[in-house]
Amino acid sequence: MKVLVSLKRVSDPDNANKIKIAASGNAVDTAGLEWKTNPFDEYALEAALRLTENGKAPKLRLGEVVVVTLGPKECEQTLRAALATGADRAIRVDATDDALDGRLVALALKNLVGTEKPDLVLLGKQAVDGDSNQVGQRLAELLDWPQATFAATIREEAGALLVGREVDGGVLTLRVKLPAVVTVDLRIVSPTSVYSAHTEAAHKYAEGVRFAPLPAIMAAKKKPLDTKTLAELVPGAALSTRALKFEKPAARSAGIKVKDVSELVDKLMNVSKVL
Amino acid sequence: MPHALVVAEIAEDGKVKKATLAAVSFAKKARPAVGGSFSILVLGGSARAAAAELAGYGAAKVLVCEDPSLAKYTAEHYAPTVAEVGKTFSLVVATATSEGKDLMPRVAARLDAAYAGDCADVLVDGTSLRYKRPMYAGNAFGTVELTTPIHVATARQSEFDPAAPSGGSSPIEAVPKVAPGAAASRVEVVSLEAVKSERPELTEARVVVSGGRALKEQFFQVLEPLAQALGAAIGASRAAVDAGYAPGDYQVGQTGKIVAPELYVAIGISGAIQHIAGMKSSKVIVAINKDAEAPIFQIADYGLVADLFQAVPALTAELKKRKP
Repeated sequence: MKVLVSLKRVSDPDNANKIKIAASGNAVDTAGLEWKTNPFDEYALEAALRLTENGKAPKLRLGEVVVVTLGPKECEQTLRAALATGADRAIRVDATDDALDGRLVALALKNLVGTEKPDLVLLGKQAVDGDSNQVGQRLAELLDWPQATFAATIREEAGALLVGREVDGGVLTLRVKLPAVVTVDLRIVSPTSVYSAHTEAAHKYAEGVRFAPLPAIMAAKKKPLDTKTLAELVPGAALSTRALKFEKPAARSAGIKVKDVSELVDKLMNVSKVL
Repeated sequence: MPHALVVAEIAEDGKVKKATLAAVSFAKKARPAVGGSFSILVLGGSARAAAAELAGYGAAKVLVCEDPSLAKYTAEHYAPTVAEVGKTFSLVVATATSEGKDLMPRVAARLDAAYAGDCADVLVDGTSLRYKRPMYAGNAFGTVELTTPIHVATARQSEFDPAAPSGGSSPIEAVPKVAPGAAASRVEVVSLEAVKSERPELTEARVVVSGGRALKEQFFQVLEPLAQALGAAIGASRAAVDAGYAPGDYQVGQTGKIVAPELYVAIGISGAIQHIAGMKSSKVIVAINKDAEAPIFQIADYGLVADLFQAVPALTAELKKRKP
């Protein structure tokens, strides 16, 4: 199986408290923020690696994983990190962050799919900066491919994937014939979430995403990394979404501390009257 | 003058999902900018009955597309018809449920329209619309403008009060199903494993009891009795879900469920920003945590600094005593 995984560099959400809004109010000030790969995209990469191996011998590649990002030169670090964890090849589409929106990213990926011809495109369900949650679905429509969003489990069948999706009422299982687009949720990196056609049914992965050992980090520097431009992929690319203003969420003030459960129930019954 | 179109959602039992009424409120708020009226589109295997439920909300029309192939929702089957109907409107909106979030970006791509997802507000500026959206894991709200002729959006359910019936009876009109593309023949709904719980649904519950990682393997053992006593739904922090103590669809937060109950009880939850983004619109927030410095206390109306393994059973007992 050949899998295309799209990765986005985002400001580190674990340092989320440091997000500042520029005095003008029309931009988020990213100066001083640490960058990292969007966590949901890291999970997509982990799922792609699991789908192209047998679980027992991760070095034995049973397919190809191509990682792609859209962004400036610095984003190549994101790609190198993905190559170090096991991706085979990388593509960077040169663009500045402020020249991109979800519509353009989907159009650019559609064009790349045309040349790369993957069996599967795997993406995070959303990026934790824009929280837009649209690229996978848009891409599936542009390609006229089936989609399975918010995937918690993936099981490879002959020419298809059985995907367990996290939906409001529980888990909805879809069978999508390849080629397809799948976006992943948190639990896709659980020990028994992803099985390729070659993984033993009893196999359990370590929880979470894999880390690259030092020799792999060195070797990743020699793996192929191609560059394309946004204009090449989307001629006349123009934004259709513009942020006009940013603001902090309204603060909610701290209430009072109660001394015990009895006082708590008193307050809920007699002051807030919510019981 | 093109108007707004609300895409309704039908529940498993064939009735209109209450969540749909948030998108109706969104459309009502937006309509001065888009010609003054809105219509509602209902799709499903037996959508006519559901359409009748929506005739009393002031829509110019309730459009119905009934077809056996629409009995089970898939984006591949729904998007072509929603886009075909939607292309004569300026705004197409659904509520940001898991179905709405799955469907509407696909509809947007079909219309080559820009998409504003999970909107907390819609602002009318003359004949322009602006969308206020939570971003950066809940650390900021961005106000965005979309520059395509048609806008596609989803409304965050907790930020829009359900529309109230306004009387009258909208005309109900059938629309044909649009033949889907090749994608539709390559997707199949295998099963829906509903969460087996006697508890109310998380996003619609009046009371939510939510637990963090501190509960460990005793997550349900500790929370169930309290949820029972309060008639509450059970939620979880991302940390508790990550650690495997609670299923993924229990997660409350910016990347999980967004809830706004009358009462939210956070137990052993420290209060990461991304969690707070999912519950801060709750009317009353209670926090129980043994760490007096936990950030959750900064937003809680009532904080109890205590060991949760003692405090939660004590609270359950107290509630049973006072409200038998």
